Amino acid sequence: MSAKPHDNDLRTPLKIARGLGSAKSGTHHFMVQRVTAIALIPLVIWAVWLALTLVHADFAQAHALLQQPFNAFVMILFVVAAFWHAQLGIQVVIEDYVHTHWLALTAQVLVRFTCILAGFACVLAVARIALGQS
Amino acid sequence: MSTSARPLSPHLQVYRWQIQMVTSILHRITGVALAVGTLLLAALLISLATGPQSYAVVRDFCASWIGNILLLGWTWSLAFHLLNGIRHLLQDAVMGYAINQFVRNSWLSVFGSLLLTALIWACVFMRGGAA
Repeated sequence: MSAKPHDNDLRTPLKIARGLGSAKSGTHHFMVQRVTAIALIPLVIWAVWLALTLVHADFAQAHALLQQPFNAFVMILFVVAAFWHAQLGIQVVIEDYVHTHWLALTAQVLVRFTCILAGFACVLAVARIALGQS
Repeated sequence: MSTSARPLSPHLQVYRWQIQMVTSILHRITGVALAVGTLLLAALLISLATGPQSYAVVRDFCASWIGNILLLGWTWSLAFHLLNGIRHLLQDAVMGYAINQFVRNSWLSVFGSLLLTALIWACVFMRGGAA
């Protein structure tokens, strides 16, 4: 266990915590995690259907499948909901199990960056597939 | 603060293993695994937007034995996280909190996920196998 933020502080833990209050944003996290979870139920079923359709598909077939407006649209909904839900979930896992402050902070930022980057890359990729020439 | 040597949650060392904690732990592990798996989906979509050569790389990876094992693991992770997630949503709506219901629904998540995985891979093999 490495040093925690207040290790060399002469104040008692209560004195440090008093007056800080809660972060006042926990409910929002809770709600968004559940709303994305509800959205992901039908989206995941659709994604499994799509994945099964893609078994043995060559490039042209896979490209044509995702080029259909409905599939492109739902895929964008799916990746946004999935990466959002993933970020919220991993955030809690890090908060619960990584007790080294700088490591937890670094991990949180990296996970956020990765999810946002991958999410936007997916949206851009689907847009290119859907709007481009086949 | 002389608190750094205290035992920290989740206190695994003092609990007897029971299905309630197994499903809770598995929900987190499968969730993290699925987050990594979603990156493969990102790779697939980007390769489809890039061209046939990139798509072949992702496709060959999925068709390799290690890709197959990972896909099987992600299928089960998805099935479990989906079913157990629905269980959690029902619990958020204050349903299924009696101990016997809780235990039964936990087992339903476990066996349901295995059944769902078998069904999905039966479809894969009916379409001519994974490779």
